[in-house]
Amino acid sequence: MSTRRPSSLLRNPMAKLAAVPMVVTATVVFIGCSLWTVVYSFTDSKLLPRANFDGFAQYDRLWSSSRWIASVENLAIYGILTLLLSLTLGFVFAALLDQKIRGENVFRSIILYPYALSFIVTGLVWQWILNPDLGIQGMVRAAGWESFAFDPLNSPGLVMVALLMAGLWQGTGLVTVIMLAGLRGVDEDIWKASRVDGIPAWKTYLLVVVPILRPVFVTSVVLIGAGIVKLYDLVVALTGGGPGNSSEVPAKYVYDYMFANQNLGQGFAASTMMLLAVLVIVIPWAVLEFGGKRRG
Amino acid sequence: MAATQLNHGQQAQELVEAGMMLDLTELAEEGNWAELVQPKSLLDACTFEGRVYCVPLNIHSPQWMWTSIKAFEKAGVEPAQNWEELKAAAPALREAGVQPLIEGLQAWQFATLFQTLVSGLGGEEVYYGVYRDGDEAVLRGEEMAMVFEEAVAAREMLEGTNVQDWNLATAAVINGEAAANVMGDWAQGEFQVAGQVAGQDYDCLMGLGGEPLISPGGDAFYFPANDDEAITEGQKDLARLLISPEAQIAFNTKKGSLPVRGDVDLAEAGACMQKGLEALKAGKVIDSVDMLISPDVAGQVGDLLAEFFASDMSAEEAQERFAEVILSDK
Repeated sequence: MSTRRPSSLLRNPMAKLAAVPMVVTATVVFIGCSLWTVVYSFTDSKLLPRANFDGFAQYDRLWSSSRWIASVENLAIYGILTLLLSLTLGFVFAALLDQKIRGENVFRSIILYPYALSFIVTGLVWQWILNPDLGIQGMVRAAGWESFAFDPLNSPGLVMVALLMAGLWQGTGLVTVIMLAGLRGVDEDIWKASRVDGIPAWKTYLLVVVPILRPVFVTSVVLIGAGIVKLYDLVVALTGGGPGNSSEVPAKYVYDYMFANQNLGQGFAASTMMLLAVLVIVIPWAVLEFGGKRRG
Repeated sequence: MAATQLNHGQQAQELVEAGMMLDLTELAEEGNWAELVQPKSLLDACTFEGRVYCVPLNIHSPQWMWTSIKAFEKAGVEPAQNWEELKAAAPALREAGVQPLIEGLQAWQFATLFQTLVSGLGGEEVYYGVYRDGDEAVLRGEEMAMVFEEAVAAREMLEGTNVQDWNLATAAVINGEAAANVMGDWAQGEFQVAGQVAGQDYDCLMGLGGEPLISPGGDAFYFPANDDEAITEGQKDLARLLISPEAQIAFNTKKGSLPVRGDVDLAEAGACMQKGLEALKAGKVIDSVDMLISPDVAGQVGDLLAEFFASDMSAEEAQERFAEVILSDK
């Protein structure tokens, strides 16, 4: 055999050329700048980046700051609850919408509408709704229940509930629509077969449909996860981090320290920790997801 | 960008050190700013290594308490003229459904309240010992312990506050729903717009009615260094304009701030601005916190105070953590 296959590098040259800008962006901006941030988190940079290396000083300070610890705890609570509730509510709404109802378009639009609002607008709207004098508490009291109390924005214990309500209201629509698209892709025959076998509908959903929708769930988890890690503008608009530190989140810590407090080093250290947290979750998952196929 | 406004203080220090700002020393000498600008500390804050880099625009001071005369009348007590009287009137105010003290729930507002407690109740020496010198004996000493006890009292009086922005807190005082708000003299603009008159509808108390020390903070204009000759000339023209007597009078009467020039007469200024001008002339002036601590430490103090006012942290714990934060940067 004297013919050689053309090298795979030169196959499909136009497509590869078109991909070059994105490859450059991904390498330089995402990977390069992230590495730069990690390196500079070991310096004592204040307003402008400086290469005075300081060891782990920024990290020492970070982990002894009560505001940072509170931010991490708050994000963990918000993250886990948002993930579970978003997926559950999204799936339930999608299943309900899938029942061939009249006016499905109307309901779908209503559920998706909040997603069109920015987090700042969402935060402001919910700030008004939850205002004790002008919002829910005020309205219920005016309707007669004088002792009704619902003021999560001023209660350190309940303020995360307020954030969750606003966040879920905004984000569940997208999850619902994605799940609905996935449900529509489920083969009609599966429903017929389960009906013939006499399996109740809820069991079909739970044990047959959900496993089929695994890729849809993965997509939703990625989207919801991205929204959780970057939680910043909703907190700023709804609570400003308050009362005290009870609704602080890491992204807000990074921003406040980098710009308001003119301490880039702290901001870099905090964002490196955020990157680390994301990698700790993503890398094992990626190995599980893609590693197995290689061996198989 | 040809001009930028920053507050007097350490905000611009790194930018100047990096050589990014236009040197205005010639203009300063030409216009004799060293004589004109009162108090001198404003021009000093613009000066790095003997060269001038910004033009001061106005003077605002944070150490004021604004009280609503109507609110006190509602409770049937004499309007408080100082902090002790406010505390004494607090129970009667609560009974009448009036919020004794109100602040917006943001870190900087708590910081304003706290630094006014330090200067108004602790006095000049304690203030400088804490913010400028980082004197351990003062930070951990009795006067600061007293200040933190007063902060606990303030926290009690603040219970029931549910506004975020400073102007909403001041509005509550304007409407008579709250009796007192500790805020800088930029709040005067709000009272003026609401058509209220000092002495009749509201009172303004410097240093919480204690030591009438004010720290002249405020705005200054910096000019990013530029290669283009025409732009640089334009920047110098703007600088000359901002410090001119006409601009100083017109701008400061509208804003309720004090002019940076000592030779300008604010005849139409209201009663509160006159009080401020007198304090300036009498030299009852302290350096503002921005000039004494870095933005990083200021941020950490803000975080600590936000935590303090939202929890039931004890005065001792707060004093100790505050001392640690200040000492970490000295």
